[in-house]
Amino acid sequence: MSGLAHHLPALQVIVPMLSAPLVMLLKPRGLARAAATAASLFAFAIAIAMTMGVLDGSTYSYRMGSWPAPYGIELAVDRFSALLLLIVTGASTFALLAGRHSVDADIDDSRQPLFYAAWLLALAGLSGIPVAADAFNIFVFMEISSLASYVIIAGGSDRRALPAVFKYLIMGTIGATFYLIGIGLIYLMTGTLNLADMELRIHEVGDQKPILVAAGFITIGLALKAAVFPLHVWLPNSYTYAPNAVTVFLAACSTKVSLYLLLRFDFFVFQGNLAGHDIQFAYFLMPLAVLAILIASGVALFEQNIKRLLAYSSIAQIGYILLGASFVTVTGLTASAVHLFNHALAKGALFLAVGCLATSCMGMRLSDLGGVAKRMPWTAAAFIVAGFSLIGIPGTVGFISKWYLITAALEHGSLGMALVAVLVISSLMAVVYVWRIVEAIYFADPASDLSAVKEAPLVMLAVTWAAALANLYFGLVPEVPVTLASSAAETLLEHLP
Amino acid sequence: MELLGLAYYWVFAIVLMIGFYAVIAKPNLIKKLIGLSIFQAAVFLLYITMGKVEGGTAPIFQDGISLYSNPLPQVLILTAIVVGISTTALGLGIVVRIKEEYGSIEEDEIQERDRQ
Repeated sequence: MSGLAHHLPALQVIVPMLSAPLVMLLKPRGLARAAATAASLFAFAIAIAMTMGVLDGSTYSYRMGSWPAPYGIELAVDRFSALLLLIVTGASTFALLAGRHSVDADIDDSRQPLFYAAWLLALAGLSGIPVAADAFNIFVFMEISSLASYVIIAGGSDRRALPAVFKYLIMGTIGATFYLIGIGLIYLMTGTLNLADMELRIHEVGDQKPILVAAGFITIGLALKAAVFPLHVWLPNSYTYAPNAVTVFLAACSTKVSLYLLLRFDFFVFQGNLAGHDIQFAYFLMPLAVLAILIASGVALFEQNIKRLLAYSSIAQIGYILLGASFVTVTGLTASAVHLFNHALAKGALFLAVGCLATSCMGMRLSDLGGVAKRMPWTAAAFIVAGFSLIGIPGTVGFISKWYLITAALEHGSLGMALVAVLVISSLMAVVYVWRIVEAIYFADPASDLSAVKEAPLVMLAVTWAAALANLYFGLVPEVPVTLASSAAETLLEHLP
Repeated sequence: MELLGLAYYWVFAIVLMIGFYAVIAKPNLIKKLIGLSIFQAAVFLLYITMGKVEGGTAPIFQDGISLYSNPLPQVLILTAIVVGISTTALGLGIVVRIKEEYGSIEEDEIQERDRQ
């Protein structure tokens, strides 16, 4: 690779990061949004270019300031990171393209440049994590993205966003600090922060106990950030009271990035070195995953606010991703990685549709949405397509992930059969909670006069439909995400003894 | 004597738990943030102490000296301190907004007011 292509991993982070202060200066109305959208589109293009570059199996490795790798800072992109970069930059771009109404409704004109600057910093941080190959850099990117996400979530006009964000800040900081303790202990034992170098040096460590403690701290810290059940309590309110555009962005990618990091760290650094760690990993995460799937879906069944309903469904989906990983097999990890992508598509499209509904509906409770489908047929139809994808109807991306997940479970004998039962039950629960929304918007009697309700603006509808159709497209032609996911699974498992 | 040799780690663990306790147990949001700062400060201590090399001097290149302390943990923790300050500042900013909207910074009273 030569020329500009060589610098893509660095540009992936630098473009949004340097655009942020520029966007902050753009006071005239609408200019900040245009610039932020352009920067996000550019980042999306870089992610697509890098995905093309790694599809044949090659990897990017970039040495910051040309210092050679364990001493200098390395950026590395393989197929697993490329998948995540696609999710992050894609989510940001879709959310910005459709986000005009939501941001205008929630944030004063004078503060919008600051809001978009914080958005781009969140994008820079979230895309920095998959790119970085250095444990401490990852911590810094994690904190950049978290601090910026707190700001954009708190931008909501609902005052309940503030306590929600405070809770997120406390739990997120504890999570990040646990991660910091973990890498501190590893540094103490090995003297390196480069992930690849770490793996080799841990082999040489005589006493494995500090490494095991570090694994515990890092797993718990990242589980907090990823909203793994029962550490998810920050998530529902943050997603519910954030501006709709922010919910689209963060629901599609922020927990995914932490899950990615959890998998990457565990499989790259610990699995090959700690004796019996694959069993610890599986027995720790599998019960949590099953509980997340059942309990969060159960809560979603009774939730009245559709944003919170979808947030609980996200917690259940995080359970699916972990369940796949806890099998520690190629099929299981493929299911995990492909569901990272597929759930981002489904939940992104659903929250985009919620944003469309919010353009003219007063509230987000089921009772507020009675019969709006007659006035907003396109939005409602997009909602159904994305809802089918969430349930896992054949022909949508949701089906692809469930297929891989069930195949992986069936490799596990009688335990696997029980897990398949869990998956079927939770899919049925998904049918019920998606149906509750469909019933409300199509068949319920309107709570108030609907004559003022009209279809969402064309741009928003177009973006929502693009996301909904992507659910169908990648459900029918799943080669790209499945190739990326299965090779991600293979790279992760290469490190096992 | 082994217990005393690990004194640094005991200090780290105790300070960490004091901070953690405050974060969990105190209903006052400012006290929670103070707890969070103590919690982070404990980790700074962990990093700073690991850079010490017995008999080593400050890491400045000089003739006749070959044993230096490890400067990298200090550099790392400088970054982490900046992150910590930003977090505290943002947290305090949110507390100010909460006070404006709810008229209270006690967690239970805020929950009470949301239920109304």
